[in-house]
Amino acid sequence: MALSDRLVSALRSWTFSMVPSAPERIQKIPTAKNEFGVDPFGLDVEFTVAALAPFVWLYQHWFRVEVQGIEKVPPGRVLLVSNHSGQLPFDAAMIGVALLVEHDPPRAIRAMVEKWVPSLPFISSFMARVGQVVGTPENCRRLLAADETILVFPEGVRGISKLYRNRYQLQEFGQGFMRLALETDTPIVPVAVVGAEEQAPALTDVKPLAKLLGFPAFPITPTLLPFPLPAKYHIRFGEPMRFTGRPDDEEASLAKKVQIVRGELQSTLNRMVRERKHVFF
Amino acid sequence: MERDGVAITGISGNLGRALAKLLHGRERIVGIDRRPFRGRPKDLEMHEVDIRRNKAEQVFQKGRIRALIHMGIMHDPRMSVEDHHSFNVLGTTRVLDWCVRYGVRKVVVLSSADVYGPSPDNSNFLTEDAPLMASQRYSDVRDLVAVDMYAQSFFYRHPQVETVVVRPVHIVGPSIKNAPSNYLRIQRPWTLLGFDPMVQLIHVEDACAAMVAALRPGVRGVYNVVGPGEAPLSAILRELGREPVPVPHFLARPLLGQLFKLRFASFPPPELDHLQWGCTVDGGRFAKETGFAPRRTMKETIQSVVGE
Repeated sequence: MALSDRLVSALRSWTFSMVPSAPERIQKIPTAKNEFGVDPFGLDVEFTVAALAPFVWLYQHWFRVEVQGIEKVPPGRVLLVSNHSGQLPFDAAMIGVALLVEHDPPRAIRAMVEKWVPSLPFISSFMARVGQVVGTPENCRRLLAADETILVFPEGVRGISKLYRNRYQLQEFGQGFMRLALETDTPIVPVAVVGAEEQAPALTDVKPLAKLLGFPAFPITPTLLPFPLPAKYHIRFGEPMRFTGRPDDEEASLAKKVQIVRGELQSTLNRMVRERKHVFF
Repeated sequence: MERDGVAITGISGNLGRALAKLLHGRERIVGIDRRPFRGRPKDLEMHEVDIRRNKAEQVFQKGRIRALIHMGIMHDPRMSVEDHHSFNVLGTTRVLDWCVRYGVRKVVVLSSADVYGPSPDNSNFLTEDAPLMASQRYSDVRDLVAVDMYAQSFFYRHPQVETVVVRPVHIVGPSIKNAPSNYLRIQRPWTLLGFDPMVQLIHVEDACAAMVAALRPGVRGVYNVVGPGEAPLSAILRELGREPVPVPHFLARPLLGQLFKLRFASFPPPELDHLQWGCTVDGGRFAKETGFAPRRTMKETIQSVVGE
């Protein structure tokens, strides 16, 4: 990364000023780091602490994230399954900040990112240093075996780039996460995020432009992306769900299990949207 | 009576000489290379022949060889595609056929982790069953993929020969002159702006030790071979005190293409992919099945490019 050492240390002190317990919390993050300060996947905890600063600020002052049920995330390997929205993955970042800042012990999430992300300059190296990995089943399997916290958005691009009129309607789920959960006997924790839909309401998606640029979508929003509106975020962690069965089962039986998770997430979202007082407050 | 020997093709290269040094005194070595072996120990049997010629066959016919380590693969980006292909692929098929004909029981073929090819959607730790995508983009690596695949098919066609294909990560060392070692010797090397892939290196002596480990009876199949670990490219360059010059990737390719054509650069443009995306592998199977472990640390391995 081309960030100078001065900038990194300034950002680190910013993080520490917002999260006074940060120095002790960092010590509790279990990562296998080598003499170059990175784990085998390229996560650099020192860098992450610095890179986190603007996201902690967004968490505390912009989105004013309210978290419920974070204590339900069990120790050991876990698959966090969340709804994806908001055009840019601030939802992933806020879930990540919540688990680092509010969970005890802090957990560094590894999100399974879209395969086009590593082809973007800066974003590719940034994502790798803060511990995010390309979403291949092989990577997921390996990280689960190492008892990591995996964040997946089974809707993928369908979720994050959906239009405002489809807000809080879960799109079709991929089945990969369920196959991996069965294979590795990993509990699934549904994570419902409300607020991200309103951070960047997409009125339309200019598909030809997206195609030209090689982006998954090119949304037109009232604010110019990447700047999000200060919607109030609510993140709710659900009860861990455990599934048993054969990972190589036929589609239909796998789909049934996926629907259980999707249904759970959708009804939580519906409840949260009903219960919230205001989009921005 | 003379012991049955270990034939080494490509012995006169820097890697071959390192391997000969390691095996010398432990095995009866039969060297095969069209280049002379500089500094050859007197008791080392050497045949200066092209592996495509019938004269090379006589080495197998008379030489009482029990094992072959085949490293006779050349990578010269300036060489014509035809020459490359004939030497690498034709040479390999001929040598392996002689092994069957003259009862060589063990064949170790040196391939490379490059056969998977750097790509943005690679898993971080590619296993041996990952598809060999490199041939799509690189004509230079296409031969290597062909050799690798041929050796794999050999494995099924001739089960009586214990065939091992080793795919080590980038081999570096004081005398090694391959692209990764040369790149790490540049004081102001190009990097691609905004990209910092994880890189795996293995010290030349560890790579040789791995090939020797593959000679062990009972070992057969395709194996990735890794060194002491992985680090971001930026950390490796920092360790060497380099001053990288970040170039936007969309400019770097055409620019390097021109420089290469005009002979101002010795790296062909496809090599830039290694600066942009990862091609890192899982060497766990080899370590588990042969007990191989690299002796050099990551720092020692990196520093080895500038000499011991």
